[in-house]
Amino acid sequence: MKSKRRRKGILSRLIDALFFRKKTAKIGIYGPPNAGKTTLANRIIHTFVDENEDIGVSTEIPHETRRAVRRGGIIIDLKSKSVQNQNPTPHSKTEERKSKAKLKLDVVDTPGLATKIDFHEFMAYGLEEEEAKKRAKEATEGVIEAIKWLDDIDGIVLLMDATKDPYTQTNIVIVGNMEARGTPVIIAANKVDLADAAPQRIINAFPQHPVIPISALKGENMEELYEEMARRFR
Amino acid sequence: MDMISEDKINSMSSMEKLRFVLDGVKSGNIVVLEGGLTPEEQMKLIELTMTEVNEDFPGIEMSGYPTKRGFLNLRRKTRLTVVGPAKVMRTIKKEKDLISAMISAI
Ligand SMILES: Nc1nc2c(ncn2[C@@H]2O[C@H](COP(=O)(O)OP(=O)(O)OP(=O)(O)O)[C@@H](O)[C@H]2O)c(=O)[nH]1
Ligand SMILES: [Mg+2]
Repeated sequence: MKSKRRRKGILSRLIDALFFRKKTAKIGIYGPPNAGKTTLANRIIHTFVDENEDIGVSTEIPHETRRAVRRGGIIIDLKSKSVQNQNPTPHSKTEERKSKAKLKLDVVDTPGLATKIDFHEFMAYGLEEEEAKKRAKEATEGVIEAIKWLDDIDGIVLLMDATKDPYTQTNIVIVGNMEARGTPVIIAANKVDLADAAPQRIINAFPQHPVIPISALKGENMEELYEEMARRFR
Repeated sequence: MDMISEDKINSMSSMEKLRFVLDGVKSGNIVVLEGGLTPEEQMKLIELTMTEVNEDFPGIEMSGYPTKRGFLNLRRKTRLTVVGPAKVMRTIKKEKDLISAMISAI
């Protein structure tokens, strides 16, 4: 009995070595402030690791995340989940074996990237002046940290708020840098549960990359995102 | 407004360019760079800006056309980049080949 289990262990390790990359891919969740990065990171962890574990706090105040946080060893296993894609979009019809997709990765939730941080903006959310200034200072450090993390990232999920104009310079700069480095990018058009969401605008703005419309908050269309991740980040 | 020719840009190192742009913007100018900054330089500019943001200088507004790609994506050609102080410049409309910016008095 004991030796049988042991042999099984060796066998499954062999299978692991053959079919899965040895180095776990580090996947960064990037995007502008408030796009829903932490909401998405939390959902991934809730689905594949632990329902009660959070990577960070999500709020409606921008620059909530001001330190990059990594959660290691997440196994995205679509076989063990009941994968039902009721309304497949053009992206999903390609591969047959997609429902068996499996991927081991580290997820890095990053602070929102911005070219300007004005403490007055935080005061408009009801923060005291001192607190707002402290938050602004931390937010600038967070942006730098997010940029530095790019050096260690194997792929990114670039999250955009589908109710907003996607054609911002920060989005263009992120995409341009990933293209220059040859790092795979998946764009997630988030918040499609909202009536004014227009994921098509994002598809038009970045036709060279896969765009997956999702709602990280409501959990809409997540399977398609996971399949694309398993495909691109393998 | 400072309009910088491609020749002048090409004579500068990356760091000189970024310092030149940020100093110009911090003194209240809109800096227009013919030939533009590469995506890597723009990312570095964001990083440099963040180290210098304070209560009086909230940061920059940046606009530009995406890089054009050559044969097999081997060559990238950057185009015009416009950088201004976030306090006075707002990009109102931006499409692939059109940038409208609004500039207000300080
Ligand atoms: N309607 C809707 N709201 C969402 C969705 N995803 C996130 N939100 C909301 O958007 C706000 C920002 O979400 P966060 O997850 O904190 O966003 P973030 O990108 O981590 O923001 P920063 O850390 O500040 O950069 C919160 O109020 C979320 O509840 C979504 O799919 N639909
Ligand atoms: Mg966050």
